[in-house]
This record gives sequence, C-alpha cells and structure tokens, in this order.
Amino acid sequence: MDALIIAGRSFHSRLLVGTGKFSSNQAMLEAMEASGSDIVTVALRRVDIDNPDDYMLKHIDRERYLLLPNTSGARDCEEAVRLARLARAAGCEPWIKLEVTPDPYYLLPDPIETYRAAKILVKDGFTVLPYINADPILAKHLQEVGCATVMPLGAPIGTNKGVRTRDNIAIIIEQAHVPVVVDAGLGAPSHAAEAMEMGADAVLVNTALAVSPNPGMMAAAFKKGVEAGREAFLAGLGKQRKFAEASSPLTGFLRDEK
Amino acid sequence: MSFPDEFKKYDHKEVLDRILGKSAQDVERALQAERPSIEDFQALISPAAEKYLEPLAARSHQITRQRFGNNIQMYVPIYISNECTNGCVYCGFNCSNSVSRKTLTLEEIEKEALTLHRQEFRHVLVLTGEAPNAVRNEDLVAAIRKIRPLFSSISLEVYPMDVAGYRDMVQAGVDGLTIYQETYDPVLYEQLHPYGKKRDFQWRLGTPERGGEAGLRRIGIGALLGLGNFYIDTFFTGLHGLFLAHRFWRTQVSVSFPRIRPADGGFEPLYQVTDRQMVQGICAMRLLLPDGGLTLSTRESARFRDNLIPLGITQMSAGSCTAPGGYSHQDEGTGQFHIDDDRSPEEISRVIRAKGYEAVWKDWDAAFLEENAS
Repeated sequence: MDALIIAGRSFHSRLLVGTGKFSSNQAMLEAMEASGSDIVTVALRRVDIDNPDDYMLKHIDRERYLLLPNTSGARDCEEAVRLARLARAAGCEPWIKLEVTPDPYYLLPDPIETYRAAKILVKDGFTVLPYINADPILAKHLQEVGCATVMPLGAPIGTNKGVRTRDNIAIIIEQAHVPVVVDAGLGAPSHAAEAMEMGADAVLVNTALAVSPNPGMMAAAFKKGVEAGREAFLAGLGKQRKFAEASSPLTGFLRDEK
Repeated sequence: MSFPDEFKKYDHKEVLDRILGKSAQDVERALQAERPSIEDFQALISPAAEKYLEPLAARSHQITRQRFGNNIQMYVPIYISNECTNGCVYCGFNCSNSVSRKTLTLEEIEKEALTLHRQEFRHVLVLTGEAPNAVRNEDLVAAIRKIRPLFSSISLEVYPMDVAGYRDMVQAGVDGLTIYQETYDPVLYEQLHPYGKKRDFQWRLGTPERGGEAGLRRIGIGALLGLGNFYIDTFFTGLHGLFLAHRFWRTQVSVSFPRIRPADGGFEPLYQVTDRQMVQGICAMRLLLPDGGLTLSTRESARFRDNLIPLGITQMSAGSCTAPGGYSHQDEGTGQFHIDDDRSPEEISRVIRAKGYEAVWKDWDAAFLEENAS
C-alpha cells in the first residue's frame, strides 16, 4: 500500500487506532499489534502523563507507534490547549488529536471551540489533527489555519453505524489539501473499506475493536478492510450507473453516420 | 424552568396508576424504542416489565458496552466529618444518635488521602454531614486544595449549597457533585426529616441544578431505595436525570442506586426493594439515559455487585469506609452506615477483570479545571 503522509511524516498503515474501552490492556495491545497501525491515540484524561510507570504509556512502544495524545473530555478551547501543552511538556511529540466535545452525551465536536483551539495550537508549533463533524466549510477553515489533517466523523462516536455522513465526507475529500481521516462511527471493516474507497486517506477506529469479543481478530479484519478500500480507490472503481449499459451498445450503428 | 417547577406538573397518584397500569405490550414497545420516552420508562419500571428482566438486562448491557466499553471507573469516598445538625431518621449521622463525632483536621484529611492514593485511587468523593459549626464552605475549600495534588477528580457529597458556594468549590478544584433526593415523595420526606436544614424538600430538589449552574462537570442524583415507593422514586429519579441532562448539556448526569443499609439508630426500611426490582431500575435507567453514569456503592453485597457489573453499571466504589479517619486508622468517628462489600480495591479490581472488564482508576485530569482552580 502507498504511504500515508501527514505533516511530512510517512506512515505505512492507513488505519489509526484508539486505546479506550478495551476490557484489558492486554486486549488493547493485541488489537494494536494486529491492526498493523503506526499511529495510536491515547486520551490524556486516562493516563498519568508525568508518570513514566503509567501502564498504558509504558506499554506503547514509541519506537514503533506514534503516540498521538487526544484532548477527549475538553469542553472548550482553553481546556484543550492546556491539555495539549501538558502532553508536550511531559515529553510527548507535539502532535495532538484535537477533540473538543462539550456535550458528554453524543460527544459531538464543537466547531467553534475546535477552530479556536486549532489556531492557537498550530501557532504554538503543534501538528494538529482535529476531530470534526463532517462539515466541508469547517474543514476548509481548519486547513487554512494550518491543521495537518481533518478528521470528520462517519457517525456519532461509538455508534458503529458506518459512513452516515457520506455526502459531506465526499465533499471534504474532494476539496481537501490535507489528508482526510474518517474518525468515529465505523463499526465494521466494510465501513472502513467504504470510506477508503471514497478516497479517504485513512480511518480511525476504536469502539469497534474494543467492544468486539475478539479485538485482535477484529483489528486484523479492519486492517484488511482498509487495505482493500485503498487499493480499490487507487485502482479506480467503476462508476455506479442508474441504467444498465450493454457491452454491445444499442446505438453503436450510429457511429458510422457522419 | 427549574426542576421543582417541572416536578409540580406531576400528580403522584396519577403517575403511580400509570406505571401500575402498563401492559406487556407497553413494555415490548419500550424495549424496541430507539430512544425510550418517559412514558416508555414508566413501562420499563412497571410490574408488567418484571417478566422481561432478561431482555431488559440484555439491552442495558449492550447499550452500556457500546457507549462506555468494557470499563468500570473506580472511586472511593472520603468522609471528613460525621457531625450533623439534621435528624434524618434513617442515617447514622442523625444528630440525636449518641455516637462518637469527629471532624478531621487538614492533616488528618491529607493522611486519609495519601492512604487512598497509595491504593491507586484517583477519583474521590468527599463527604460530610451538615453542621455549619463543624464544616463550612471555606473548610471544604481548604480540604480540597490540600488533597487536590493527589487526585485527578474530586466530587462532593455534602450539604446543599447555593450557586455561589458551588462556584467556590469549582474554583477550588471540584468537578463533581452527588446529591440524593432520598425520596421524591414530599410527604414522606417531611416525616423522615423532622428537623434540621435538610427538612426543606424544595431546596434539596433544586440542588443538582444549582451545581449545574455553577459549572460542575458531573452531577449525580439518586433516591435512597427503601424509603419511598420504588416506582415513584425510580420514575422521578429518571425524570430528574433527563431534565438535568437536557438543561445542562455540558454536564454528565449520573444516577446512583443506594439501597438503605442498617445504620446506628436502628431504622428499618419502609419499603422492601428486592434485588430484582433493583436490577429492573438500573437497566431501565440505562435505556432512559444511554450516556448517563450509573453508580453502585459498597452498600450492596459482593455477590450482587459482581453480577451487576455487566448490566449497566459504569462506576463502582471499593474498599470504602464511611467513618471519618477510617482509612488511616486515625481516631475515627462512627460510620454513616454499615457497608456490605468489604473487599479490598485490589480484590474488586481482580473480580472486574475476571468479568471481562477493566477497572479504570483515572478517567479525568485536574488540568481540565486548572484555570478555574487556584
């Protein structure tokens, strides 16, 4: 598979994985391994960032994975910025998955606060990967302020509903100059394949792996889904047509007419 | 509109009649609903739903796992005072009980906190009675500032405050509030609270939203099961939770299911809430509030708690002691009630793991509130 380039850095895998909701740290590590992922995101609220013995931080091999801290739980710009800076101060690379989700119910991203935080963090030298609703205009704004990707949701987080925001994601993909990572709501490898076939640069998956009875096997399945989708996109999918097109055209006889 | 206003719209007898009148069909419809309405909730807690406990539990399990994953968040209470001027007839802290009283000093509080920190706890719930001459808002602020460096989340379960009081708590570093209505039956409430500040039913009913107003991130409510009618108290707890979730959309609402325990004073439950009813209440609450935290304390037996883990619970306490000073074995006062599950935090976390869940000790960061806290 061709490499995924984010902010000038090259990654083999186009599948990013999350670390929440797993039944054990062992299950999480197995899923990470099987996913073939190069980028794993960790909620700063879940780890003790200053503690080198923190189980999760200790067991994620930073030679192998880019540890992408996220600001999950932040209610506004200020909180997200504060968390990102803390992670950097604690020795994390200055990459941040920006999540501002003031509503603890559907965990939908706040476009206004996300935009404000993105501006500050980019200026501050961070590589910013913002989680957003599938809003093409917001994606343009974030791109303009210097975000390294945009990460539109396929469906509300944790719902496993698939690419429900398909039409808007298609517009974002068409217009974006930065990689588009479809984040949230992907529940099956076929959903990941669908996003990749549409031309998304990568996908991020967490709940579908974490709550599967077999996270490792599910991660391997997602890996294949992502690869299949990417290859199909590169190969060029046939266009879907409304009407059947005969291989011997019905109006072929008219070709001779000048 | 405030919740006390919303509450006034309901006639208790009518609510009870509706719940008791729900049919099997109503229950089936409620179980099928994508987002159950408050009417559906009435069906789910009704006697008609008793036969549907298994499908109700299955639905609750599935929603909880999807939303919260295979995680149980761990917390522990710290009692800093058992002095109280209220006369709640069911409570060990009742001021007419002649038990040894104690309010911890800041040093003692810190000792307790250090003991709990060593046991890996990062989420704590600070508790007191209601005794303005023993614990005032400024004493709480001092206590919170003292223990704040040790914990990532500090919640309060203390006497009700006004909005300004809760703002002071947020400033000091508190992110959560737990306040039980005890019972939503105003007549019974009056009988159970013969004197003291707590006697004011309406003031208590409006307390969670004063916390929301002040910007607290987590608000926990509940009825003390065994006081009032199970159907009435469960229904109004659900209604209250739904109201708070809509009104304070940035705040996470959680619901606790405290069932009354033996305490000094010898109070006997007025209403027997069975294990089956408790499970029904918890699972129905999950369907009503798919994103709400559902909390279970050590009041319940080890066996019951273990079996509830996969049914919808998201937060559990462990190794709890309800007496001030009890963790570090300082000259402790009398406890609020007798706990049932007395296993150590490590033991409970082993059980959680055996059930296929991960005990999560830290799921918040004090840094969220840093600018507020000073």
